[in-house]
Amino acid sequence: MSARRIMGIETEYGVSVPGQPNTNQMLASSLVVNSYANRTSSSGSRARWDFEEESPLRDARGFELPREPAVDPAAPANEDDLGLANVILTNGARLYVDHAHPEFSAPEVTNPRDAVLWDKAGERVMAEAARRALGVPGTRPVYLYKNNTDNKGVSYGCHENYLMARSTPFGEIVRHLTPFFVSRQVMCGAGRVGIGVDGRQAGFQLSQRADFFEVEVGLETTLKRPIINTRDEPHADPEKYRRLHVIIGDANMSEVATYLKAGTTSLVLSMIEDGWFSVDLSVDGPVAALRAISHDPTLKHLVQLRDGRRMTGVQLQMEYYEQARKYVENRFGSDVDPQTADVLARWESVLSRLEVDPSTCSRELDWVAKLAILEGYRSRDNLDWNSPRLELVDLQYHDVRPDRGLYNRLVERGRFDLVVSEDEVTRAMTEPPEDTRAFFRGRCLARYPQQVAAASWDSVIFDIGRDSLQRVPTLEPLRGTRAHVGELLDRCATAAELVDALAGR
Amino acid sequence: MASKDSGGGQQHTNRRSDEADEAEVADNEASDLKERHEKLSEDVDSLLDEIDDVLEENAEEFVKGYVQKGGE
Repeated sequence: MSARRIMGIETEYGVSVPGQPNTNQMLASSLVVNSYANRTSSSGSRARWDFEEESPLRDARGFELPREPAVDPAAPANEDDLGLANVILTNGARLYVDHAHPEFSAPEVTNPRDAVLWDKAGERVMAEAARRALGVPGTRPVYLYKNNTDNKGVSYGCHENYLMARSTPFGEIVRHLTPFFVSRQVMCGAGRVGIGVDGRQAGFQLSQRADFFEVEVGLETTLKRPIINTRDEPHADPEKYRRLHVIIGDANMSEVATYLKAGTTSLVLSMIEDGWFSVDLSVDGPVAALRAISHDPTLKHLVQLRDGRRMTGVQLQMEYYEQARKYVENRFGSDVDPQTADVLARWESVLSRLEVDPSTCSRELDWVAKLAILEGYRSRDNLDWNSPRLELVDLQYHDVRPDRGLYNRLVERGRFDLVVSEDEVTRAMTEPPEDTRAFFRGRCLARYPQQVAAASWDSVIFDIGRDSLQRVPTLEPLRGTRAHVGELLDRCATAAELVDALAGR
Repeated sequence: MASKDSGGGQQHTNRRSDEADEAEVADNEASDLKERHEKLSEDVDSLLDEIDDVLEENAEEFVKGYVQKGGE
């Protein structure tokens, strides 16, 4: 393995209706999701999310149809009962309301560049959804923010998911991933005005999320948040795969930051799977170290390693980079795939410049770009760190609207390096990745919108007018690709034909 | 800032000229850096002017009204 693996990013967006302080955020979120879903689906029928539990040890072979129907059409899906919006898009993503936030769960991809592409497509879907919601009579404009805190004690997440080999001992994951997660915020922090969960202490820190983490390892995501989350729902063959659910990351606007976040994490996971690490970079008191690194934008803070060394967050990242460089050289030599080579090169470049002068990363990293604007305001208008205007700059940096979001303005003015083109992003709003099962899910939605009754990560359920619904399991993420089923989908004019073809009838 | 390792320089016979070279290099680096920072701040000034135009009115009320419920 390399920087490439099955991965996906799920992002909860902050939702606000300015001028209406007592907004019901669940309803505002539903309005946004429904506005997008209703206008997108020409058929008027919307596939719901399938909450059916898998019978995990079976169906591991891919798309073989069970002989008997697996779904009771009368059984209600639990969240549907609450009336919360929950739809699947033709790009294979899930767009829904999670608690009190609209969430875009991007389709499964095989590499960090595609992770960036569909994550960015999610931003555009949200912006378009809010724009369409404007057309609903009697509603005020809904503003959406791709950030992680309201600066009043509440945080919401941007979670990464990485499929890993089940055989890797979890203890090894914890040992080698914890120091990596403690320090990767020097690249991937989105920047935040305010210190502490409620942001009351004046100052600027690297990460939106650091202050909300309390323990090293655990299952929780909303209370006592852990650096390493143990949720293990692979949505795939559980004997073969573990889904590592990473909750510590900030939601990045910067494409380079997202690219490095996904690419370097995947590389570190590959080294763990391969038993490559000969050094232990464990940090004393990782939760305190996480916050201390975040609270020091000069990047000078030294953390204490268990082996006695003291080093900065950047230096700790450099240790991981050196390990990764040697690993890739050893495993692939000159046969390394271009994207893995690119991740390594950018990783080294960013770290080297952070070490000398962080401001040289203002075209690549969110926290650096945000800090430059904030420092500009501070010196021009003589503002203290607790000025509401600085807090507003922090918030509005993440506004998804193209004309009002400050990150989007920076891109517009050519001030940010990009990883993907806007044309690709526009396509990714409706088109699925071609090299994972998301292709099958998305294409079925696009081609047979009336017949897809429900879908989930690991199934598509058809209603083709027979006595029972027909469920097609998609447990293997690397099947259902264009190469695998593209021709079949082209050939089948109706869902009934497809179901019959899959069942060998 | 990157620190220069000058430990080995002690042995050199022409230490004085090395020092002078280093000083010159350091001067150049410093002026490069200064130039870059100046350019950067000019840049920031014009950026701030544009941001002023799109920033929400009444910052205090706006950020006060941004209250979220938990997620995840």
